[in-house]
Amino acid sequence: MSTATAVSSTAPNSVPLGLIPTPFLPQLEAVSRAKSWTNWAGYISPLVLDTMEFEYFAIRNQATLFDISPMHKYRISGPEAGPMLERMMTRNVGKIREGRVGYTLWCDEEGMLIDDGTLFRFGPDDYRLCCQEPMFSWLLDAAWGFDVTIEDQSHSVAGLSLQGPTSFSVLKAAGLGAAETLRPFDLAEVEPGLWISRTGFTGDLGYEFWIDWDKAPALWDRLWEPGQTWGLRAIGYEALEIARIEAGFIAAHADFQPVHGAIRLGRGRSPLELGFERLVDFDKGHFNGRRALLAQRRAGLKRRLVRLDIGGFKPAQGALIYHRKRREIGHVTSGIWSPTAKRNIALAELKAPFGGAIKTNLWTEIYLHEEGQWDRRMVPVQIETKPFFQTPRARLTPPAPF
Amino acid sequence: MGAQDRYDAIIAGAGHNGLTTGCYLAKAGLKVLIVEKNDWIGGAAVSRMLHNGWTYSNCSYVCSLLRREIVRDLELPKYGLQVIPYEGGATFTRDGDYFAYHSDHDALRREIARHSPADVDAYTRFSQTVIRQCRFIRPFLLRNAPDPTSLAPRDLQELLYLVKKTHDLGAREIGETLRFWTVSIGDFLDEHFESDLIKAHLAGSGIIGTGLGVYSPGTAYVLLHHYMGDVDGAIGAWGFARGGMGAISNALGACFNEAGGTIVTGSGVDKFLVEGGKVTGVALENGDTYSAPIVASNMDVKRTFLNHTDAADLPDSFTRAVKRFKIRGSSGKLNIALDALPEFPAAPKGANFLRGDMHCSTSLQELERAYDDWKEGRWSQDPYFDMLIPSQIDPTMAPPGKHMMTVFVQYAPYDLEVDGVRKGENWTDANRKAFADTVFDKIEQCCPDIRSRVVHAEVRTPWDIEREVGLTEGNIFQGELTFDQLLFNRPVPGYANYATPIDGMYLVGSSTHPGGGVMAAPGANAAREILRKAKKGRPMKGYAA
Repeated sequence: MSTATAVSSTAPNSVPLGLIPTPFLPQLEAVSRAKSWTNWAGYISPLVLDTMEFEYFAIRNQATLFDISPMHKYRISGPEAGPMLERMMTRNVGKIREGRVGYTLWCDEEGMLIDDGTLFRFGPDDYRLCCQEPMFSWLLDAAWGFDVTIEDQSHSVAGLSLQGPTSFSVLKAAGLGAAETLRPFDLAEVEPGLWISRTGFTGDLGYEFWIDWDKAPALWDRLWEPGQTWGLRAIGYEALEIARIEAGFIAAHADFQPVHGAIRLGRGRSPLELGFERLVDFDKGHFNGRRALLAQRRAGLKRRLVRLDIGGFKPAQGALIYHRKRREIGHVTSGIWSPTAKRNIALAELKAPFGGAIKTNLWTEIYLHEEGQWDRRMVPVQIETKPFFQTPRARLTPPAPF
Repeated sequence: MGAQDRYDAIIAGAGHNGLTTGCYLAKAGLKVLIVEKNDWIGGAAVSRMLHNGWTYSNCSYVCSLLRREIVRDLELPKYGLQVIPYEGGATFTRDGDYFAYHSDHDALRREIARHSPADVDAYTRFSQTVIRQCRFIRPFLLRNAPDPTSLAPRDLQELLYLVKKTHDLGAREIGETLRFWTVSIGDFLDEHFESDLIKAHLAGSGIIGTGLGVYSPGTAYVLLHHYMGDVDGAIGAWGFARGGMGAISNALGACFNEAGGTIVTGSGVDKFLVEGGKVTGVALENGDTYSAPIVASNMDVKRTFLNHTDAADLPDSFTRAVKRFKIRGSSGKLNIALDALPEFPAAPKGANFLRGDMHCSTSLQELERAYDDWKEGRWSQDPYFDMLIPSQIDPTMAPPGKHMMTVFVQYAPYDLEVDGVRKGENWTDANRKAFADTVFDKIEQCCPDIRSRVVHAEVRTPWDIEREVGLTEGNIFQGELTFDQLLFNRPVPGYANYATPIDGMYLVGSSTHPGGGVMAAPGANAAREILRKAKKGRPMKGYAA
């Protein structure tokens, strides 16, 4: 009972080689000065369009467009869509009401994270899962025995992310003011075929658009001109990455290794180790990985992903963490200087009991390569519980103009 | 609030330095009061809505010098401070061309080559020298200035640090440093560049806020002073505070309040109260008095000691040195509300350098002539200006589609000359309008339609700045940044360590080391000294400690 939409190709029996365009590529190419592209799931995706710095500040001060079409998108529908997802996901899926979006994680039978993503609920039995990793086969496996249809919409539904403090003003200027009533994580079809969710990866005010692949370019054009009054800029992945770490969100292949892609033993991580206890509902009935996670909870966690405030002003990407400056106890998984929080911040994985019972006397060694010479600095680190960047404007409904 | 309240420390003036001192003292556990003469806080770092819907940073207008150590210590972003860098800038010529100072290195190289191929590599060497000097100076900003005449262990220690840092520069660069601190920006640029236009573009930073011309010795340091800041580690970069410069003061104010401090606005200090050589408190203009064993003045050194302190409480030699302190006003400002973005016919539509600092002075000779007018007590007939339209980046400054323009004008005298008489009162409405017209005439060089876009304009002269903000003669740095009044000579020899001849009384404003700009370093340095001497409260913690 499942169908997959095939990727269009040049000939019936061949597939395109190299990177392929998303529907927004012409628009992106028109504004690209940096000519800096990357491969995102086989699509051409901008790393930087103009300069990373100004793109980043547009996220925190104005409004930005980022092409998220390369995300994998799967429609999950049918009378047993709810139960199937409940069986697959660690969180309580039933708590995601119609017209809402929920952040969600799913594990293999050993409790190791396969991926994280957002689950959109369109109707009582109608969902879409949006994630980084290809998941079609796993969804088909998970759907076994359930009356449910899985459709890969990765190449039929385009995604566009509008983020930043003036993003609602841009919507309004583009005639999409109906989104005014959307609260964070709400989802609505504001016009036939155009779905808007108040979601994003920046921790700021923002929206994501979901639209048919072929109708997508017109949506960009509709937003672009009126958006100029509100400082709208197109951005690449590098700027978003800074905002993502400030917001404290985890990223696959940086802060955890999706277990289906890991070759070496022990590279997987559980939602508990990544700090998502609140998204593991042991009381909802059986779900994939439940027994292993229960056992892990009983035995105690072997490692923890934590947020760190790092001393000094030099980013700690890749740095090792020490206890009492001597014993190596972990490493930074994502580290940046935060231009908005004006702090040196990082996500880091620490071995137990550090980050749990022991939280003090932690240090990191930062290596600096400056004009042909290596310098190293041991700087103190502090564990933080709150996100590094939080703004009331992100949650205000109706949203403020800026 | 009673009129006789006792505090551990009182700070006179809620400028950004006074607030910074207040924050550090309050965080150290002291009971601190800040008194402010205006009904708002911020001194010269303010955001004011003087025309409905438009916000002006009507004194200081851009941010770079604010020390990141202090921002971090006081967690200013938590209290709403957001600094956004701006990109590039341009100087427009009379014949419809321009020099664009692109932030993109390759574009800048191409643009320099368009005007003067020989200057492309010269620019690389110029910025290398400037950055090297900035890197040398930066560590001294949050340290006491070492006094070579003192044998106190702390001074010797600071001196040793200076010797070590200087040694690290290397022999050739030490010579360059001494030259940099004494030479004129004109001479320095003439050594490096051929193009008049490029020289004029770069020279502005050497005269802003200063009663000196581009060929006056000491102006090269003023340029350095404007380059030694950073935005997120990019040395020399400048940005806007989101919501205007008041965002800095308001964040400091919120931090101060959360640390338990009290701010009383609406009445300034009439007199610093002194008994037996020891400060005991302040008497306000409204008659209220407050007592504290520590009193710090955020006012400039002249205003503090010549206007609000009894001369009998001060040694004559000190008073003489204070009177001698140079604090000449030389800058004016227009803050303009625009109903639309003006046209810049010379520039490509939507050019990114229009979002940076713009100028219309095209040669060093033109800048020197602008200075000549000021010496004679007139505003420059062909002025230099530093013009920005922050509302292109910051959506909070003007209604949608409308814009706010800030035009910093060099030179304008404090004591305007009319019929052979020089006095501030000569800044009549008619003369202020004539001053503004001179500036608008020159802006028309790049924006012919500027006048038709103006909805409201605020004209600021040094005379206004003194009366409103309290800066003597309207000098934006609380005293000129010349070598004779920098480091251990700032504000006056023998008193560089924030202390004064009056026991328990301190200076915390930009009259002290390391000087002017919205840097907050004087305020933090002073707090460190106060806490060290007062032996009260917890020792200062953090990056500025």
